[in-house]
Amino acid sequence: MAHTEKHSDWRRVLSPTGNTGDAVFRLLMLGAGLFVVSIVIAMVIALASDSMLSIRQFGFPFLTSRQWNPIKGEFGALPFIYGTIVSSLIALLISVPFSLGIAVFLVEQAPHYISRPVGFLVDLLAAIPSVVYGVWGIFVLAPFLRVYVEPPLAKWFGWLPLFQGPITGIGLLTGGIILAIMVTPIISAVVRDVLTAVPESQREAALALGATKWEMIRVVLVNGAPGIAGAVILGLGRALGETMAVTMVIGNRPEISASLFEPSYTIASAIANEFTEATQDLYLSALVELGLILFLVTFIVNGIARTLVWNVTRKTGGVGRAA
Amino acid sequence: MRHADRVRRATSAFMTSLTAICTLLAVGILLVILAYIALRGIGSLSFSFLIDSPRPVGEGGGIGNAILGSVVLLGLSSAFGLPLGISVGIYLSEVGKGRLAGVVRFIVDTLTGIPSIVTGVFAYAVLVLPMKHFSAFAGGIALALIMIPIVARTTEEMLKLVPHSLREGALALGAPQWRVTLGVILPAAASGIATGAMLAIARVSGETAPLLFTAFGSRFFSTYLDRPIASLTVQIYNYALSPYDEWHAQAWAATLVLMTLILGINIIVRFLTRKRF
Repeated sequence: MAHTEKHSDWRRVLSPTGNTGDAVFRLLMLGAGLFVVSIVIAMVIALASDSMLSIRQFGFPFLTSRQWNPIKGEFGALPFIYGTIVSSLIALLISVPFSLGIAVFLVEQAPHYISRPVGFLVDLLAAIPSVVYGVWGIFVLAPFLRVYVEPPLAKWFGWLPLFQGPITGIGLLTGGIILAIMVTPIISAVVRDVLTAVPESQREAALALGATKWEMIRVVLVNGAPGIAGAVILGLGRALGETMAVTMVIGNRPEISASLFEPSYTIASAIANEFTEATQDLYLSALVELGLILFLVTFIVNGIARTLVWNVTRKTGGVGRAA
Repeated sequence: MRHADRVRRATSAFMTSLTAICTLLAVGILLVILAYIALRGIGSLSFSFLIDSPRPVGEGGGIGNAILGSVVLLGLSSAFGLPLGISVGIYLSEVGKGRLAGVVRFIVDTLTGIPSIVTGVFAYAVLVLPMKHFSAFAGGIALALIMIPIVARTTEEMLKLVPHSLREGALALGAPQWRVTLGVILPAAASGIATGAMLAIARVSGETAPLLFTAFGSRFFSTYLDRPIASLTVQIYNYALSPYDEWHAQAWAATLVLMTLILGINIIVRFLTRKRF
């Protein structure tokens, strides 16, 4: 008697019904959930332990040193951090206004028979793999920029240090533009969800007060502002970690220069490009440390973005505009 | 007053047409990219290109080994990623409650945002280093890690769409929860879960970064899981960065093959899910 009670105890802990099958089933599903959590923990441990050599050797100055010279055994991440941040900023600068425009058009203006197929086409931009953007980038976009975009920029804005130097089509600017194309569908998709979640009453109220269509849209945008911020940060997270397309067009030179025409390097492209060449332990360890930095930064950025987007779509969930 | 109104209306008309132009431009870029892939790719595409293995420059060759390698890698990653992802989805929708489920959901969501190159570094650290050489197995696991969060979240969403009355009805008949979930709820959501799985496969089939130093690549036909294996994406990358025009043409043709697969899956999924949206 006491024996069976003991048994039903562990079943009750796992399942409210105390059914053995349920207990096993719930245990298995819980195991799968915890497995995913443990993968992320394992990632932190594996990346940290494999970069220990580099962390011990260089310490904090790893982040501030400009020297990246594998032959001399000097490793500083600043050129990669600079390239990653600048290319992502260019991407956001271009893609945020575009994404907002697309989302506003699809949610607020276009009738259903247009917004559905067009929305699908915009979503398809996100389905194109990074390496395909890379192929298109080196063979089509880079030559186009070299001939039609960079010379006028140098001519009219050449007094800015940003647009000086040799025009090759391969460099920070091209990397930023290809990133902009890649994050636009991601940002605009989230902004679409956010705008859809803004209550219809806000639109009706604005229009009833005599607002024009655009003034009404501004009310909606202000209402969804935290969610839109989340969408932008989500796009930033994606841009920071994007690898193949950027590697193929950014020039891969670990130098910091003011000009956007000059070749640069990102954290992700350094790992992609040099990982298989890294024969010494210290070199490999420095590259893994770059991976650790990228992991931590994108983890934090995505965490912030998710929280912002969740708050908006949850708070107004269900009473928003019918999609 | 009149003037101010006219300005307001003009601003409204201008800004609203600007949003339409943004949308047109995005669709235009998509069409330009697809057109380039179709036009540049079609020239080098032939049956022998699809089944041949790579040859030195000037001798033609094809991407047969890369297609086979991609199929092996996708099979491996699906074998690990789909059951695990679906289980996590079931946990989030049917089993998990409270803060623990919240933590799991948050981790799954952030896992979606981890750059795939980092997943590759992780797979290298835990699989390639101990095994001491590149392998198809490590590549498949790296892809599975990318698949799991996508499958988990779509499964969760699809399961939540199943009406509660179905759960209550089955439970009221005396069925235990595991039979209700596996026998009633899961089949009811099966088509949605299947489309989620297809989208995950489409997404993973375009991944390159996590394969560079796990599956690595190969110039030969191979199905051995403990050796390096070719893949369409890594082949495209290597050929595009080579200095030879012939390989550039082959990179475009391989891109056309890859995009046909990915667009095909996306369009099929779109038609299958049209009712729901």
